[in-house]
Amino acid sequence: MTAIQNPLAIRLESCAKTFPDGTRALEPLHLEIAAGETIVFLGPSGCGKTTTLRIIAGLEEPDAGGRVLFDGQDVTRLAIEKRNVGMVFQSYALFPNMTVAENIGYGLRIRKLPAADIRARLTEMLAMMRIEKLADRRIDQLSGGQRQRVALARALAVRPRALLLDEPLTALDAKLRDTLRLEIDTLLRSLGITAIYVTHDQAEAMALGDRIVVMEHGRVAQVGHPRDIYRRPATRFVADFIGTMNRLSGRIEGGVFACGAGRFAWAGAPADACEVLFRPEDIRITAQQSAPLRGTVAAAFFLGDRTRLFVEVGEARPLVVESSERRDFSHGETVGLEIDAQNLLVL
Amino acid sequence: MAAESGMRRRDTIRLAALLLPAGIFFIAFFLLPMVRLFVIGGSGALGWAAYASIVTNANYFSSLLATLGVAAITTMATLIISGITGVFLQRHKFFGNAALVAMLTFPLAFPGVVIGFMVIMLAGRQGLIGNISQMLGADKLVFAYSMAGLFTGYVYFSIPRVILTVMAATEKLDPKLEEAARSLGASPLRVALDVIIPGLKPAFLSSGAICFATAVGAFGTAFTLATRINVLPMTIYTEFTLSANIAMAAALSFVLGAVTWAVLALARTAAGSSVAAAG
Amino acid sequence: MTKKRGVLFWLQLGFTLLVCSFLIVPVILSILAGITNNYFLGISSGFTLRWVLQVWTGYSDTIFRSIWIALACLVCTLVLGVPAAYVLAKRQNALARIIEELMVMPVAIPGLATALALIVAYGGLAGFRTSWTFILVGHVLFTLPFMVRSVLAVLSAVDLQTLEEGAASLGAGFWTRFFTVVLPNCRSGILAGALMVVTLSVGEFNMTWLLHTPLTKTLPVGLADAYASLRLEVGSAYTLVFFLMIVPLLIALQWFSRPRHQLHAKPQSE
Repeated sequence: MTAIQNPLAIRLESCAKTFPDGTRALEPLHLEIAAGETIVFLGPSGCGKTTTLRIIAGLEEPDAGGRVLFDGQDVTRLAIEKRNVGMVFQSYALFPNMTVAENIGYGLRIRKLPAADIRARLTEMLAMMRIEKLADRRIDQLSGGQRQRVALARALAVRPRALLLDEPLTALDAKLRDTLRLEIDTLLRSLGITAIYVTHDQAEAMALGDRIVVMEHGRVAQVGHPRDIYRRPATRFVADFIGTMNRLSGRIEGGVFACGAGRFAWAGAPADACEVLFRPEDIRITAQQSAPLRGTVAAAFFLGDRTRLFVEVGEARPLVVESSERRDFSHGETVGLEIDAQNLLVL
Repeated sequence: MAAESGMRRRDTIRLAALLLPAGIFFIAFFLLPMVRLFVIGGSGALGWAAYASIVTNANYFSSLLATLGVAAITTMATLIISGITGVFLQRHKFFGNAALVAMLTFPLAFPGVVIGFMVIMLAGRQGLIGNISQMLGADKLVFAYSMAGLFTGYVYFSIPRVILTVMAATEKLDPKLEEAARSLGASPLRVALDVIIPGLKPAFLSSGAICFATAVGAFGTAFTLATRINVLPMTIYTEFTLSANIAMAAALSFVLGAVTWAVLALARTAAGSSVAAAG
Repeated sequence: MTKKRGVLFWLQLGFTLLVCSFLIVPVILSILAGITNNYFLGISSGFTLRWVLQVWTGYSDTIFRSIWIALACLVCTLVLGVPAAYVLAKRQNALARIIEELMVMPVAIPGLATALALIVAYGGLAGFRTSWTFILVGHVLFTLPFMVRSVLAVLSAVDLQTLEEGAASLGAGFWTRFFTVVLPNCRSGILAGALMVVTLSVGEFNMTWLLHTPLTKTLPVGLADAYASLRLEVGSAYTLVFFLMIVPLLIALQWFSRPRHQLHAKPQSE
């Protein structure tokens, strides 16, 4: 797999989108996407991520004042046919009237490449996506995973300068999703192509993205590397959307955080009402006697390598704690809890 | 407020270009002639009063009543016949079912003139029914050339259309409603009256309206069964050909068209597509 | 769940058989009449093809003219109707609905009215009035909505927008997309529509009777002539010829409108 030449750098300036029926799908967005980067737009449905992708693709035009630049060139008014971006759709958009080979070769035929070149490129694509045997099959004979591979092959066959993927794995079942996610990740890295990936699955986003753009209600909530987003969510929404987040509400006074479950040392500014957030991996089950916090087990799920516990501590929601202790936890059992205070967040 | 994007605007122009041939054809050969027809209708001896003559003129009025009457009776009879046979064939699978369905929908494409001939075969002077009645000792029963014959013909071409709609609608009925009724003790008759027929009401309404409109506008059948029959399409025809009263014919046919269009528009709001008004 | 075949079943079956015979018996009678020597004497007078031959020698031109007009009608509805269906599939707004309503009008109103309108508008153009194209125009007006509806149904079932966006992302412009992606994917709609158009055109009478001249007779027009003026056997033989033409079309139409289950192989597992 040869890396592509000249990956695209994309810049969005003040791109907003209001649809003819009045819906405000996107608030003015500024974003720089580096050449060769894989950037993931993540958020719930209706957050504006697909609209942003379609603006980059050229399927939608931003409201007046918005600009889209490819390597510094203004392409805002350029139709998608001329932008040379590869696009992979959630429903694949494979042409039912053509075979797999004809689908993959479609873009090349449009560009009027010589037949020999088309054949060579086709062989290369089939090998890259490992679908050589499917060349003459009709689309309705393919499974979901096979269709997705054909869709990728078709988009990459024309050597696009950027690859746009609109929730490509959403329609597949869980196991297939994992397999294909790995393949797509490997593919994007080895090609070095600029990739814009849209998904609502935060696990997918964290696995694939060099950077993640978390969106909510048409606005950007946070942009950053997966680790930053996970460890230091900028808003409540991001904290809740990415992974699981535990909360404890209480008071801080004299260097101590006091709540219904107990108290522990924490150097935060004194406050009468405060909420701290932390990940399940930052709280542990310890011996009950010396534990700073205590709670009762509401539910315990044995996951094989660990047990996921839901512990009631008098908050609105139980805390999620994971334990690798090789014992059974019974419902109603009192357990001791210890928090790793340096990873606490206040938002 | 976002304006339509440039891409959509470019596409709209191309789409308009694709629609243009059909549009030009339609305007040239339907809209403009219809306008002309309307104008001609008001250009005769009676002027614009010609449009009211369908109720003011005794002849035309009785013709209108006869037309509406036979159409109404046809619709009633067809709905009952097609209702029973359609539900029966859809619900019961037995050997020969498909053959019966094929036989019942076979006359779908017959022009009215052929159906008129079928009626003659059944009830004409050498018709089957006449021969049978004669064999049974009574008078030879000949009714093809009267309103009874027209009614027979109208029912003949209406049954295939309505049956198709009824069968499609029956397929979509939820059998659980009938099972619930039966579990509460309802007899088959009650189930039919309380569950099946109300469930098929939209289909009956839409196909009934189509049946009615088709019967009102039918020409070929009446034409074949001789000109003694006084229905509106025949009246229009004789005004046009025998009396050369083009203005009257134009006015009457415009009114006839408006009536059938209105009935079918009502049917379309109740259900989906419409069927040919041939016959 | 096996249903016991009660009295009700047999009553309904009997009724259905009665209705079937009401529809089919005259057809059989007329077919028989067309090949019997003397209808009044019945089958005992022997079978013959002379009536059919008489029809052929006297009316073969009507048969060919009907076929010719039906095919010409098909071509016209394809050229006019398929692009129109595409437009209606792409823009599903209020204007599109109005256009559809207008287009359906020649079907909603009696053929008599449409024909009369054509005559008062263009009857003065002698060349046009006496040509087969005059009849063709009426047929196209009547059959166009069926072609459009048929193609529109297929296009609405396919995710047209995503397919076109996929093609556009690969560089295909408007016309390229239309010919390489849109048209091939409404093939089944075009075929069903074509069958409908041809069947309706061959059987059209109400309009054609007013639009025809002695030199431009179609098969149904000839039938009306024969019923009125010739003996029963000839009219029956003529009807028989009509049946022979229309039955294959009807069978093809019925076969086409059957629900399509798994016409393609199931997708293989990964």
